[in-house]
Amino acid sequence: MSRIGVFVCHCGLNIAKTVRVSELAEFAATLPDVVVAKDYKFMCSTPGQEMIAHDIKAHRLDRVIVTACSPLMHEQTFRKVLAASGLNQYLLTIVNIREQVSWVTHDIDEGTAKAKALLNGAVRRARLLAPLTSRVIDVNSDVLVVGGGIAGIQAALELANTGKKVYLVEKNSTIGGHMAQFDKTFPTLDCSACILTPKMDSVLQHKNITLLTSCEVSEVKGFVGNFDITIRQKARYVDHTRCNACLACTEKCPGKAVSEWDEGLVKRKAIYIPFPQAVPQKPVIDRDACTFFKKGKCRLCEKVCEQKAIDFEQQDTFTTVKVGAVIVATGYDLMDTRALIQYGYGKYPGVYNALEVERLFNSAGPTGGKVTLRDGKEPQAIAILHCIGSRDKNNYEHCSRVCCMYSLKFAHLFKEKTSADVYQFYIDMRAAGKGYEEFYNRIIEEDVKFIRGKGARVAQSADEPDRLVVEAEDTITGKFIRLPVDMVVLSPAIIPRGDAKDIARLFNLSTDRYGFFMERHPKLAPLSTMSEGVFIAGVCQSPKDIPDTVAQANGAAAEALTIVVKDKMELEATTAMVNPASCCACQNCVRVCPYGAPFFNEAKGVSEINEALCKGCGLCASVCPPSAIIARHFTNDQVLAEMEGLLEF
Amino acid sequence: MSQTVTPYLEMSQAIMEAGGEALKKCYQCGTCSGTCPWTPITHFNIRKLVRYGQLGLDGIEDFMWGCSTCRFCVERCPRGVEIIDIVTAIRNVYSGGGMLPQSLRAFVGSLSARGNPWSGDPARRNDWAREKYPVYAPGMDYLFWTCCTVCYDPRNTRLAKAAAEILNLAGVRWGMPSPDVNCCGESLRKVGDAELFERLKAKNLDYFKAQGISKIITVSPHCLATFSKDYGEDFEVVHLSELMAQWMQEGKLVPKKDFGGLTVTYHDPCYLGRHSKVYDAPRDILKALPGVTFVEMERNSEESMCCGGGGGGLWTEKAKGERLSDLRIEEAMGTGATVLATACPYCITMFEDSTRTLNVDGQIQIRDVTELLLESLEISIDEPVGDACAV
Repeated sequence: MSRIGVFVCHCGLNIAKTVRVSELAEFAATLPDVVVAKDYKFMCSTPGQEMIAHDIKAHRLDRVIVTACSPLMHEQTFRKVLAASGLNQYLLTIVNIREQVSWVTHDIDEGTAKAKALLNGAVRRARLLAPLTSRVIDVNSDVLVVGGGIAGIQAALELANTGKKVYLVEKNSTIGGHMAQFDKTFPTLDCSACILTPKMDSVLQHKNITLLTSCEVSEVKGFVGNFDITIRQKARYVDHTRCNACLACTEKCPGKAVSEWDEGLVKRKAIYIPFPQAVPQKPVIDRDACTFFKKGKCRLCEKVCEQKAIDFEQQDTFTTVKVGAVIVATGYDLMDTRALIQYGYGKYPGVYNALEVERLFNSAGPTGGKVTLRDGKEPQAIAILHCIGSRDKNNYEHCSRVCCMYSLKFAHLFKEKTSADVYQFYIDMRAAGKGYEEFYNRIIEEDVKFIRGKGARVAQSADEPDRLVVEAEDTITGKFIRLPVDMVVLSPAIIPRGDAKDIARLFNLSTDRYGFFMERHPKLAPLSTMSEGVFIAGVCQSPKDIPDTVAQANGAAAEALTIVVKDKMELEATTAMVNPASCCACQNCVRVCPYGAPFFNEAKGVSEINEALCKGCGLCASVCPPSAIIARHFTNDQVLAEMEGLLEF
Repeated sequence: MSQTVTPYLEMSQAIMEAGGEALKKCYQCGTCSGTCPWTPITHFNIRKLVRYGQLGLDGIEDFMWGCSTCRFCVERCPRGVEIIDIVTAIRNVYSGGGMLPQSLRAFVGSLSARGNPWSGDPARRNDWAREKYPVYAPGMDYLFWTCCTVCYDPRNTRLAKAAAEILNLAGVRWGMPSPDVNCCGESLRKVGDAELFERLKAKNLDYFKAQGISKIITVSPHCLATFSKDYGEDFEVVHLSELMAQWMQEGKLVPKKDFGGLTVTYHDPCYLGRHSKVYDAPRDILKALPGVTFVEMERNSEESMCCGGGGGGLWTEKAKGERLSDLRIEEAMGTGATVLATACPYCITMFEDSTRTLNVDGQIQIRDVTELLLESLEISIDEPVGDACAV
């Protein structure tokens, strides 16, 4: 015999609108072992909590059921009430009648019936619950940051400045990310390199940061507080401990490849540093472009290197680091607009994407900061086309958020650097940020022409074959516009990095339909993920500008700090255990576990479970033929009793 | 006209109820109007039409007939708006209020009284066949659905005959519909007469069922599209060009005649291309004809220009300078082609009209892909020119 209290929350009208809450409480009172059942407007409020605490004492309750919102919201709240009242916190059951009932129906009869069924099951299960003791584990105080763009740089510096040790992993040979490609930043037009390179240098100099460029995370094991991260150091074929960055090698190298840094607008050498302020400022060899690797002879770089730093024998190496928390900041790509044949990208040389144009403005870019077309001429008329592949059901539905603003920035820079007429083809101007509307006004006054209509087509001009024609409707006048230009700039959809899906798999992150990493809660846990101890920052979560990215990076650093600042942390007691007497040694559990928690003890001839790794998902218990594995808090008896309660209804 | 208007949401509600649900999705970006082939040459503006519909504004009747339902805007629309459904719904709501233009009254009247848009005598629907070809009987492989236009329009009866000969050469067992079938109703539905469309459709479906028809061949992409999308029944429908390409690949039809360097370009009919996504089959056929030099126009395949004949356009008169077919003929001639091939009787009619009004009928011929293939097979359809068939 147990003594159960049932507490039904109205959640204002969130639940009460589609569940008859008093009827549910009356129904609860009729269920076996239920000694008190009440409903209340806001159970999570202080009076609500006090009511539960009072009833635990008054009715000598040994089980508490709260029918309310998702346990993600208030399970901890009510567990604390139990603990403060002298009850084991695992004797609490939450029945989610909000997200799973009231919010998914408009029919109060259906809602009430489903709530009753769930409650009926919960009462059956609650009677079989057992007290459990939480585990306390040691926490590793180091942090891994994945991605060396502005988000990763900022997060790494914040954490390092608190005294924590940070591993910053970047797959390219330099940190800096997209921000290092830009010339100016909106809306202040300050020089991107001027504000970014001091931070890049701080990363390199910081005693608490281990900078790992040309590196990728290849394996993630463990769990919050105790991650084991395997990092692959890709062969650079240059020994950076010897290299003194004289760059004689890059001058002599005959090998050529398209420069990723310059968005393919020019070629770079096979041994190269991506740009003059690269960090670390030491070259790497691009194996695919290297004459020696391709033809078996050359080695010019080796000959000119006084430091003997060139090492063609170098191999990828793997190291494992232990960290307590992870920040993922892997950034973005632009959509490949070649698929949108109406805009002629890749077909007409005069059509550029936004990142290419960023490089044209940059004094360290392919044209030394002069705006010239691929044939070297200065454009006389330029059209900037917004929302290319963004806000588009056929491609990417989201607004890419920064395009309006960088398109305004482009217009300003075009006006500054050329005598061209500049046109913006837009759907809606979105300038919601500090100083952004003012920037928009400034650009309007610079006599940029705004055409309210999405660019529909780019074609070669019939009259002047060197020029392009942009077709669109000016929706304000209702006139069809056919505008001859020399240059078309596409502002394409911002999408996650091509390898974001691999990162998601490594760190067990969920993604939205396009591959942006999902936050734990869109408003209240925007930097956390469903993977405990893994945080996200920057555009890998959704498109955003530099100020928001930096703010997120600081936030993610603070979130990571809340974990690694402690020596120890408490983990859920809901893990699985093996009854060795029943184990049939089939090792199904070892095979199915996504966390690597079960292992086979050869000496004893039975499976065992490393509780530190176990998340309590119950997969092993469900595939165990002799039911030798017990998933605590979700034992077979408990789950079957709940099912019976549900189905009985 | 007053510049002050009040949104009349009952009208927009009526449009949505008539099938224009997608009105709600549009955010007026202008992609449709920037893409629409009519915007540069007429006062028709598809975005504005949708806007008037969203607010239920007066004045819509001035430009609601401009759309030829070419589907270019739908393919490009970033909001996934089924714009043609909106056009159809608007026309449905307004034509119910007696707003049908004069030119379309004869068209609708003929469909209502005779079941075809050409005021043809239903009893003489199969006169084009001159009793050479069989009527469908249960057990045959295919019903060859002869579009009303290929039955009654003298120029297009040549297409019907070419198709019939090809079907014989391919060795399939086929038959024509009995003369009492109706028009498929595709254009009528786009003109907005949903009620009459349903009547025509019901009678055709009864006929298909009674005859146990499961496979249909069409030469008109309009019949093809409406059978596959609006009839919603369980039968297979295929455009003849797809079968011809397949039969050529299988070696059942082997082109013989050398065209001796004839330059041919191909116009994608909107209802075969964008509506039905058939782009390759007609090209495969043309490219396989001996001695044919195949050239593309700049606007081809997904980006093909419209002839102007869809959505009731075939039956409405357009002023010079406002005809898409004229522009298309000029584009075709610009490629150096002397034959403009297509695969739709509406396109053939529109283009032949244009070659005559532009006075270029001596310089460029309009041919259906089917006719060119038959010619390459060295079969004549024994066509007396100007056969004023059965009208």
